[in-house]
Amino acid sequence: MQLIINIIQLASLYCLICCGYVLIYRASRVLNLAHGELMSMGGYFLFTVVIGIVADPIPSFLIACIFSVALGFCVYFFLMRFMAGETVFAAVLVTVALGILLRGLMTMIWTPQLLHPLQYLKLENSSYKLFAGGVTSTFGIVMVISALVLYTGLFLCFKFTRWGLRMRAVGERPLLASQRGIGLHKYYALSWGIAVFSGGLAGMIQACDSGLDNSMFVIGLKALPVVLVGGLDSLLGVIPGAFVVAAAEVITIQYISPQASEVAPFAVLLAMLLIRPWGLFGTKEELERV
Amino acid sequence: MAFASGYFKTSYVADLALVETRSKWACVILLITGLIVFPFVASAFLLDIATQIFLALIGAVALMLLTGYAGQISLGHAGLIAAGAFTTAIMFKEFNATIYLTLPASGLMGAILGLIFGLPSLRLKGLYLALSTLALHFIVTYLGAEYESQRGFATGVVIDSPSLGPLLIEDPRLWYFFLLLADILVILFAINLVRSRTGRAWMAIRDRDVAAEALGIKVAASKLSAFVVSSVLACLAGCLFAYFRGFVSVEAFSMLMTIEYIAMIIIGGLGTILGAVFGTIFVVVLPYLIDTIVDIFNVPSRFTTYMFAIKYASFGLIMIIFLVMEPTGLVGIWRQIRDYFILWPFKYKPLGR
Repeated sequence: MQLIINIIQLASLYCLICCGYVLIYRASRVLNLAHGELMSMGGYFLFTVVIGIVADPIPSFLIACIFSVALGFCVYFFLMRFMAGETVFAAVLVTVALGILLRGLMTMIWTPQLLHPLQYLKLENSSYKLFAGGVTSTFGIVMVISALVLYTGLFLCFKFTRWGLRMRAVGERPLLASQRGIGLHKYYALSWGIAVFSGGLAGMIQACDSGLDNSMFVIGLKALPVVLVGGLDSLLGVIPGAFVVAAAEVITIQYISPQASEVAPFAVLLAMLLIRPWGLFGTKEELERV
Repeated sequence: MAFASGYFKTSYVADLALVETRSKWACVILLITGLIVFPFVASAFLLDIATQIFLALIGAVALMLLTGYAGQISLGHAGLIAAGAFTTAIMFKEFNATIYLTLPASGLMGAILGLIFGLPSLRLKGLYLALSTLALHFIVTYLGAEYESQRGFATGVVIDSPSLGPLLIEDPRLWYFFLLLADILVILFAINLVRSRTGRAWMAIRDRDVAAEALGIKVAASKLSAFVVSSVLACLAGCLFAYFRGFVSVEAFSMLMTIEYIAMIIIGGLGTILGAVFGTIFVVVLPYLIDTIVDIFNVPSRFTTYMFAIKYASFGLIMIIFLVMEPTGLVGIWRQIRDYFILWPFKYKPLGR
């Protein structure tokens, strides 16, 4: 039972993070390797807001989310916009460099110590006993709920709103979309905004759950196999992908060793690349093949 | 090579020569004499930096061959270097092997790993390939950590200095000459490789693999050979790394190391061996340069505790600047300056390069 709860919690964390990878990949065919850092920026924003502005849970989360979205816009307008027309390799390397820059800045501004935004929020991360002897925590539940809400929201948005339709169009064929009068920059920036927002939200909840330091970005890297398993261009695929990878990780912790669990996602990744490189739900033509 | 007046070659021998003119011979001889004299005049600090550059250069050339020439993205370079270092450490600890044995063994390990992790490159391209090499990095470091903890070397494996015949390489100057020799061999190998059939096939695949196949290049075999050559060199670099540090621990081979090597070839300029040299010098010297700047401007001590973070951030910033502003890297800048002086007072580009 506990195993299943752990898997669900980890899977929803991965869902929140990976939504960002998929959105950016779909929009601009760039794999954002700075996502782990952008995610921890969310946690640090929350910490700053809680210390400096309001220490109330809901407003502080909202303000930190706004900061995250703004960060996403900034990344697009001041950096990624210039990479249009360059090779994908160069764009990916720019995100790697951005990650290094952010990691340095984070350590400079917020010190490398472990921070706990929770203690300033005057909240308890209490544990709840569920049926059949399973135990979970407040923020574990928050994580699952926000993943559910985010995915339902995104799904409805893509399906029924004008913006969602345009974003899909931009992702599908940027040239045609722009000829039909869709402002590409706006929608690229929007996808960066949403991506950093969802990653940042994951960072905030994770920071409340288990503290915040500059090594949080590793979670972002470990989430990469999830997107690959689900298919890089499929938002829906993230959910089964997250469950597969989370299950592999939790089961390895339980039955082999915590050290081995660090590589379990990557073992899944290799297996997936050998069998179905385009992922469970990805488009086959999407894959650049030899 | 650029001549102000044109491009004169009258025989195949002249076309094959590595050093083309007498003035270039003079430059090469001057450079080598300079490098030989350097350890006797430089301070211990400068000598240490030079040795570090030499050590990193082998790895940078290896990555340059794979990414810059064959066009295959790798995010697992630190993993390969770690594999070489751990092969050396394990052979030293378990079998008490000397460098005569560990160096070829590391190379063999590199060949095997290159073959295994080159295999995905036959099916995958671009980002997908980069991700499978990323998996290589995590798997190798995991195996290394597992060895450390299983055998009780929790903090790392200590290795004695190597001895070549009667010569124990321990003195910084000896290390300098040993690594200089290794570098010269590696660079000569790389330069000759990239102008041979193999190297030209790699470049054809990099530029457009379909066209390369139409020209009769075996794409699969060429890609695999690029992976194997690159990872053999990387593992050899790892072996030397282990001996030079005298200490092997997984912490040394983090993702940061991979990123540093990628930065070297990007900042230097993709697709040239000279670029690997420039980039390595730049990336190795940069942290020391920042130290000096901090010393000169007398930055308040509050900031000096964050030196590591400052170096880190400026590293990222410089990479971004190069990627966005100067994709040809330091080599591009160097060529512009050189052409300007060679052609002065004219503005035309020379034929050929």
